[in-house]
Amino acid sequence: MSEEKAALPAVPWLKIPESGDPYLEGMQCGECGAIFLGDRNVCSKCGARDRMSPKRLSNQGSLYVYSIVHRSFPGIEVPYVSAIVDLEGGGTVKGNLVDVDPDPEKIPLGMPVEVVYADALGRKDKDGNHYLSYFFQPRQ
Amino acid sequence: MSDAYVVGVDMIKFGRFPERTVPQIGSEAALLALDDAGLSIQDVQALYCGNLYQAGAMVGQRILQEIGQTGIPVVNTANACATGATAFREAWMAVKAGVYDLVLAVGVEQMGKGLLGGGGGGKGIPKEGLLGSGLMPAVFAEAGMEHAKKYGTSFEQFAKVSVKNHHHSTLNPKAMYQIETPLEMVMNAEMIAYPNTKLMCSVNVDGSAAAVIASESKARELGLMKRAIRVRGSALTSDPWQERDLVMPDVNTCTRQAAKTAYEMAGCGPEDIDLVELHDCFATAEILHYENLGLCGDGEAGKMIDEGQTALGGKVPVNCSGGLLSKGHPLGATGIANIYEVATHLRGEAGKRQVEGARLGLTHVIGLGSACAIHVLEAPAAA
Repeated sequence: MSEEKAALPAVPWLKIPESGDPYLEGMQCGECGAIFLGDRNVCSKCGARDRMSPKRLSNQGSLYVYSIVHRSFPGIEVPYVSAIVDLEGGGTVKGNLVDVDPDPEKIPLGMPVEVVYADALGRKDKDGNHYLSYFFQPRQ
Repeated sequence: MSDAYVVGVDMIKFGRFPERTVPQIGSEAALLALDDAGLSIQDVQALYCGNLYQAGAMVGQRILQEIGQTGIPVVNTANACATGATAFREAWMAVKAGVYDLVLAVGVEQMGKGLLGGGGGGKGIPKEGLLGSGLMPAVFAEAGMEHAKKYGTSFEQFAKVSVKNHHHSTLNPKAMYQIETPLEMVMNAEMIAYPNTKLMCSVNVDGSAAAVIASESKARELGLMKRAIRVRGSALTSDPWQERDLVMPDVNTCTRQAAKTAYEMAGCGPEDIDLVELHDCFATAEILHYENLGLCGDGEAGKMIDEGQTALGGKVPVNCSGGLLSKGHPLGATGIANIYEVATHLRGEAGKRQVEGARLGLTHVIGLGSACAIHVLEAPAAA
């Protein structure tokens, strides 16, 4: 009865295969190439219907922009770096940039980052499920 | 097609009124605007009411229950921070279309304190601070960082926006605050989301503003042309698809498209505009909109703030009211309050903060999600 339940994905576009590593998945329009996060049937760029197919997104990307958040909701540990990352081969995702000093002098825009996967900061839902999330860290 | 004119407009002094109801706060501005025009609710043929947080609660009708249940049609609008401007535009359109010749637009909001945004995330676990930040100070910080990335805009330049707007508000008795905030004070204030410090975030306040809009023939019939403000251009856009849309709201493209439409309708360009009230929800945002509205070329906004071109007395004063940063930002009221500010200058009634000889002014709001509304207003013809 005490068997640990498998982690759930923090967002639907984080895929956890039964074997192999977790990854991010976009939906790409077969008509215009636009990439989206999450399921959809119609492309909001070109209007094409039923042309969406899944696309595995890269774990390599570059830091587009960020903000260092010092004031948040009660109970959320600050500071954290809210980052927007452009992934190689397409797709833009938002998440926490970790393993950096929260100092604008030390976080250059455009720096190479990689997507890493880890427990969702210990956050659990009301049923006690734990979650796997993604983070960005500087790439060597 | 006949023009439509603002013949009465006013706002209450923004503040915090937790003991009052939303309809009570809205009614006060409605009556002030009617008084400004010398009219009564009996003269009004339709009401357009903008309010966001009670969007399902028939705020417009409840305002009439406070000031006169005449049975007129009421339209309640909600469009994030463009809520008030959307109500104004719907009112203007109805007059422009010839359906009515005298209507009232009211914007009203009662805000709590604290951070806005970051609440979404759907099922599962909270996402704030896990997948970055959805809080407004961070979202607009990221939008500012995009400008910094392209053009090297500095923290200090963003901070100067707050210094300017807080200075302007010392000349506006209807602003929430009238306090000078020198540069060091702005930059050393509590950091909320870099590069936005606490003094670079708009103030959550309660407030209301209202405008009476009339057709030209009605304004002439009532003898109100002497102070009538002609609506030369009106534009409303939503956000066109952008590559980073899903994670980064784009406040630039919808503003640029709205500006283009509004200038075309007004038959003028940004060089003809004498003053601007734009959506400085955060200091970072104001910098972006100098360029989005064409007040300067791309990449020149930092220089514009450095040289004081947007301060009172500068080339094109921006946010003479103190802006959202210091006048305050009651979401549903903001779009009509900035019409009040520009109209007051165009009438030559802005007192100590008057932009001398102002003939054309522009108002701009952005509601994230997104909605952008722009109006171009013209001074009354010289008597």
